[in-house]
Amino acid sequence: MNQLKYLIEKEFKQISRNAIIPKMIVGFPVLVLLFLPWAINFEVKNIKIHIVDNAKSVYSQRLINKIDASSYFILTRVSTDYNQAMADIENEKSDIILEIPASFDRDMVKERQAGVMISANAVNSTQGLLGNDYLMQIINDFSQELRDEIYPAAAVSDVPHIETLTDYRYNKTLDYKVFMLPAFIALMLTLICGILPSLNIVIEKETGTIQQINATPVSKFNFILAKLIPYWIIGIIILTVSFFITWLVYGLFPSGSFVTLYISSIIFLLGITGFGIIISNYSDTLQQSMFLVMFFILIVILLSGLFTPVSAMPPWAQVIAHANPLTYFIEIMRLVYLKGSSLADVVKPLMWMAGFAVFLNSWAIISYRKRG
Amino acid sequence: MITVKKLHKTYEKVTALNNLSFTVNDGEIFGVIGPDGAGKTTLFRILASLLLPDSGSAEMNGLNVVKDFKKIRKIIGYMPGRFSLYQDLSVEENLKFFATIFNATIEDNYHLIKDIYRQIEPFKKRRAGALSGGMKQKLALSCALIHKPEVLILDEPTTGVDPVSRKEFWDMLKKLKTDGITILVSTAYMDEAGMCDRIALMREGNFIATDTPENIISAYQETLWAVETENMPASLRDLRNHPKVKTCFAFGNRHHITVQPNLSEAELQDYLKVKGYANIVVEPISPTVEDCFMALTNA
Repeated sequence: MNQLKYLIEKEFKQISRNAIIPKMIVGFPVLVLLFLPWAINFEVKNIKIHIVDNAKSVYSQRLINKIDASSYFILTRVSTDYNQAMADIENEKSDIILEIPASFDRDMVKERQAGVMISANAVNSTQGLLGNDYLMQIINDFSQELRDEIYPAAAVSDVPHIETLTDYRYNKTLDYKVFMLPAFIALMLTLICGILPSLNIVIEKETGTIQQINATPVSKFNFILAKLIPYWIIGIIILTVSFFITWLVYGLFPSGSFVTLYISSIIFLLGITGFGIIISNYSDTLQQSMFLVMFFILIVILLSGLFTPVSAMPPWAQVIAHANPLTYFIEIMRLVYLKGSSLADVVKPLMWMAGFAVFLNSWAIISYRKRG
Repeated sequence: MITVKKLHKTYEKVTALNNLSFTVNDGEIFGVIGPDGAGKTTLFRILASLLLPDSGSAEMNGLNVVKDFKKIRKIIGYMPGRFSLYQDLSVEENLKFFATIFNATIEDNYHLIKDIYRQIEPFKKRRAGALSGGMKQKLALSCALIHKPEVLILDEPTTGVDPVSRKEFWDMLKKLKTDGITILVSTAYMDEAGMCDRIALMREGNFIATDTPENIISAYQETLWAVETENMPASLRDLRNHPKVKTCFAFGNRHHITVQPNLSEAELQDYLKVKGYANIVVEPISPTVEDCFMALTNA
């Protein structure tokens, strides 16, 4: 016990004397949580729209005003030349074109229906799709308005229609930041506690100090444990700091209990640090371990459902995602934070993470060899 | 007591240790002397239980280095060739660290390291990485000794250390010997051989001679001369071309040559004069361990 205590003390001394790591441990979560949630955002706003108004009529002007008033669109130009509008799309002055035909008003009154054309730049498919959607919504709204005006009676009696009321549960305002914050906390634990312990052991290999340790009675179990415990503690500190920041800055307080959050975080930490040790056991130089860690961490992050739902992935990617402890951790973080799930509700992903922790750490201890 | 029997180790196609057998007695300084790549570090790493031999066995004080590696690690003090202490810990912290992981305290064994540690004690708050080469080696030796090992394994402890520190280092080893510690030390400096009780000359995984330094020197059979001229590099080639010169090697600012018994000093001087050399000195000398090593290597 005395041996382990002193080994851990040594690790903390080394970490605290490092010029960069202690600053990063505090600075990293603060910066990630303060800036990234604003930048990484899938909401589509400020779509630049070019309207080709061939009608120049009362109705077309009303439609234009309605679009201009929407916060989703920036009206860049109103012209009468479709080719001009296409040229604007090509040199990125606008993202979407709405063409109103010359016969717009006449059709509306005589034929009782009028057509418009939407052309969207779909290089960014999300933006193209959503822009088209938003524009359709505005046009539908407008057509409803007109119907009510021109045929007030018909609107009530003749046409049966379904009105939809949507209630967005757990994230009332559909705020993307609320969805991402719990996942960012999980992301930070992965980055710091997955990378640092692995590099730490490889540094001992590179400087040769591991040779001196290997010739002593220190057991490999104690040696690895002494490498891990400091990063578990650091992980818990980062977690706590992150809870505070999400509460103070975003007013987001977990709906579930902190006990559930801490228990799942600790189980996750056990697994991800074990992963770091495995990498270090198979690398002899910092360069090798850096490359391996980056490669695996990237896969772990991208196939975790952080940005895109796991259910939307192709089957082979879903298999990888389910063999990824971060998938379960992000799931738990979001469930507890947003939905208020209890420990009993998340027991299944928790068991998966525990399984990974046991598997990765056994592998880590078995693959660490004190002699060649 | 160290007993090594037919120890064999190969790395792919290179034979690092070739069925090596030897014994080291209790309280003896045993020096393994040989050039780089002779297999010294491989031998020491096997004895320190850090490397597994292909075949053969090695025992230290009755403990097998393969089977009893846990007990071996308690009784040995190992100092690798490269400085392997924590550079970001201070001198004092390093010492305390190595004492603690052996479940010892600095106070318990301070008498062992007193003479060495006193010299670096003024810098005990300094980080180990900021020490000079000689002080680093003294600290490394202190750390290897702090748990009172029965056997000390020192892999080239004086490589890269200045001559004064080297001398001090060997004086310390002699003192440790009086405490009953068995010391196995390797070096590439032939002039350090005289500091050992017994030496083994090592080359390509074999011990080509094992004896006391005195016996190794007295077993030297050749006629050995030292030669000096004003153009040393050129004279090396001309000396080697003389039919009665057996071997010729550069030793610092002189050439050591072995000659056939029927060659006289005057005859060699004349030969060099004819070749156009000036300031010629030829004199018989007594052999050093290095001469013995050269003779054994070329035999």
